[in-house]
Amino acid sequence: MSKHRAAIVGAAETTLMGTVPTMSQLQLHCDAALNAIADAGLTPADIDGIACAEEMPWLVAKHLGITPVWVDGTDVGGCSYIMHLSHAAAAIAAGLCTTVLITHGESGRSQVGVGPLDMKWTDMHRQFELPYGVWGPPSLFTIPVLRFMQTYGLTEEQLAMVHVVQRQWAALNPRATLRDPIDVDGVLSSRMVCYPFRKLMCCLVTDGGGALVVTSADRAKDAPGRPVYLLGSAEALEMPMISQMEDFTSSKAFRVSASRAFERAGIGHRDVDHLMIYDAFAHLPIYGLEDLGFVRPGEAGAFIAEGHTAPGGELPTNTNGGGLCYMHSGRYGMYALQEGVRQLRGTAAAQVPDAQISVVHGVGGMFGAGATAVLTNQ
Amino acid sequence: MDGREVPVPTPETKHFWDGTARGELLLQRCDSCRAVYFPPRPFCPACASRTVSVFKASGRGQLHSYTISHRDVPGYKAPYAIAVVELEEGPRLMSNIVDCPQTPEALRLDMPLEATFRQISETIWLPQFRPAGARP
Ligand SMILES: [Zn+2]
Repeated sequence: MSKHRAAIVGAAETTLMGTVPTMSQLQLHCDAALNAIADAGLTPADIDGIACAEEMPWLVAKHLGITPVWVDGTDVGGCSYIMHLSHAAAAIAAGLCTTVLITHGESGRSQVGVGPLDMKWTDMHRQFELPYGVWGPPSLFTIPVLRFMQTYGLTEEQLAMVHVVQRQWAALNPRATLRDPIDVDGVLSSRMVCYPFRKLMCCLVTDGGGALVVTSADRAKDAPGRPVYLLGSAEALEMPMISQMEDFTSSKAFRVSASRAFERAGIGHRDVDHLMIYDAFAHLPIYGLEDLGFVRPGEAGAFIAEGHTAPGGELPTNTNGGGLCYMHSGRYGMYALQEGVRQLRGTAAAQVPDAQISVVHGVGGMFGAGATAVLTNQ
Repeated sequence: MDGREVPVPTPETKHFWDGTARGELLLQRCDSCRAVYFPPRPFCPACASRTVSVFKASGRGQLHSYTISHRDVPGYKAPYAIAVVELEEGPRLMSNIVDCPQTPEALRLDMPLEATFRQISETIWLPQFRPAGARP
């Protein structure tokens, strides 16, 4: 009997990704789900739990012909699926269900079959933030960084290097959207979107989906592929308003979530072979590296610029190219999980040799939520 | 009006928007633990007491951080700053910085600011800030 509670036995993205006007958002969920269920060697009849964001779980379940006895519709933005994975592991351990399907699908670029209110803005946001010329994540997520730059001396060049390094990873990945080499000047000459963020410091806007099938570690022994176990996980919420973020140089949700996940997994930072930090914008990996405790406050900009997270570096990070270069449909956390699973299965396009522990960390809203999963193939 | 986003007050926030219409920036203070907080609510987020008071803030604050949007939206012509202001009394709120060039050179973090109120609909005056002592 495995010492782990839960295992990922099926993992897949949508067959098509990028610009996919031929599929609605619902179909992106279902296409990814069918791929993941097949990857697990199962059929929809084997699924008894469902979790998803964007679309409602009952719609996805009904469409796939599933009658779930366990449901999780948690939707706090891009890290929701990392939370789903954590909740699914707990539900399976508690005997509430045996096999959970987690789906994501988002027609971020083509907007096919997308409802008018995609982001779940709160009324406090509507009254006290939206009236000030706010027009979505680029105009909100970017606000704390000038305070970070003034506090720690982070430079625009270092922000640009986040993209440069991730482009190096994307060059190794045939499915990545942006693959041509680029340098700091190339990033800094892209048009200004929300100062100091230029276009290439902001994530892509694409269509796609992904799904996971999670079951008990015991049942995972029957799976056709190599199971990836959940060693530990945690989540935290801070706030749904960037203006009310406690500390503009550090995410409380990141710190709380990551420290608990590491503690529950019983690992230290030196045990981590591979890292995914949700990069909706170029400052996210910088906050993430510091708030997860891989470097001290103020050190992450130089750490990335010096190549420590790049191909061949000591801490391979965002190895699919990330939200900046691989794809970003809106809630990117599922793709971060998929890359963590691929690295531990040994099937990644830019494979980290002998990776045994992958940490996947996501953000929800604008620094509003954090979720962390520690995965292993051991 | 011009298609811009206009706040819709709720029973818990009505006093705040009534205040801005009079040219007053209102905050709340807990009568039990003395915490000052924002956004408005009829209980204290620090200690959960329902005994709280509304008071008029000084309207003075400092520029905590901002971004300069390079996209036009209804009511705003690019480039314009979306800022977070730290009030003298402690709480922070989102706002714009007016009567000031919308440039990184002019918008210095921690610069002193004072509140000003701009009518954006028949009933709503939006609190904004300008450099302290600036002539409108
Ligand atoms: Zn109190």
